[in-house]
Amino acid sequence: MKQTEAKIRNAAKGISQATIMEVCGGHTSVIMQYGLRKMLPENVRLVSGPGCPVCVTSQHDIDCILALALNKVKIASYGDVLRVPGTRMSLDQARSKGADIKEIYSVNEILGSDYVLFAIGFETTAPMTAIALKHKTEVYCAHKLMIPPMRALLNGGLKIDGFIIPGHVSAVIGSNEWEILNVPQVISGFTPENILNSIEKLLILISRRKKIVVNNYDKVVFPDGNKKAKKIMLDYMRVVDSEWRGMGNIPLSGLDVKNPKYNAKRKYADILANVKSKESSDCRCGDVLRGIICPEDCALFRNSCTPKSPKGACMVSAEGSCNIAYRYGLIR
Amino acid sequence: MCLAIPGKIVSVKDEIALTDFGGIRKDINISLVDAKKGDWVLVHVGFAIQKIEKLDLD
Repeated sequence: MKQTEAKIRNAAKGISQATIMEVCGGHTSVIMQYGLRKMLPENVRLVSGPGCPVCVTSQHDIDCILALALNKVKIASYGDVLRVPGTRMSLDQARSKGADIKEIYSVNEILGSDYVLFAIGFETTAPMTAIALKHKTEVYCAHKLMIPPMRALLNGGLKIDGFIIPGHVSAVIGSNEWEILNVPQVISGFTPENILNSIEKLLILISRRKKIVVNNYDKVVFPDGNKKAKKIMLDYMRVVDSEWRGMGNIPLSGLDVKNPKYNAKRKYADILANVKSKESSDCRCGDVLRGIICPEDCALFRNSCTPKSPKGACMVSAEGSCNIAYRYGLIR
Repeated sequence: MCLAIPGKIVSVKDEIALTDFGGIRKDINISLVDAKKGDWVLVHVGFAIQKIEKLDLD
């Protein structure tokens, strides 16, 4: 590890100050668990961005699913999101009030059933929703695409010199897709060694001002990704504007179901029209997601907000920065 | 959500592949890839998302 630390220090030599961002809950977790930030020299800052799919799901979407569930619509959902507090309650709490909410590991469990899939997640998980639609499953689609918020962050207040790119989103979309961001990027796998090596490579790109994408996960990520998965995604879903927790509406950053017959937003429009959402004013999840603050900068962190009593999504999800910081230690 | 693990396909019936993950076997949906018996795949939430060479993922 000393050798790795020296390599990174060396790579950062020509740089006065660099801020690099990772945008993947899986990366956030490994970085924290292994204390990888301690390997970085003082002139390099690694921030976490909106890489947690549960965290970036809007309060409004949570409230809409709650409204459906409390109106006796059967809901199927991936696990983490069940404990995110909506305006009135969480899905888990609705379940204890008698709502039929089925926790699933895979959409395989509900293909063609009468459950409505609460489809959250990025491009890694969207193809599975397309398969569910192919099997005539109803879907409330809240999928999000990674590149538009990254573009918004690059144009925002925080200076970002480069990104560590999610390996499994890249396995689906391909390494070529990221070039459009026109900033130094390194696609990384999920071992601590791979992530450290990716950071070293990224710092070299930054010091040489090379705005290119380096694929450091090339046994799994190919230039065009998984063409079959990409095609089926766009056969059944279309790109739409989407609301991100902490970032507001981002144009063309989400997916919606093409066929109105299986689109829960259309089918249950009358129930959904009455949903009004109000985010907690104390929760600073939005600022955490944009890399503006660390979890420990939030007054609620470890006080009123803990994994057992979460005030916001970032503390609920195993991929949320606050949950990870709580379990593994401080970011700084 | 990012978690994906490699497995080796043991047998295939239609779009479901019995897949071996270091001794544990599970049915995996392979409709997102073109894979056959003996192939290695990367699996996420019960689906193969990419065909890969057998590898140490370090």
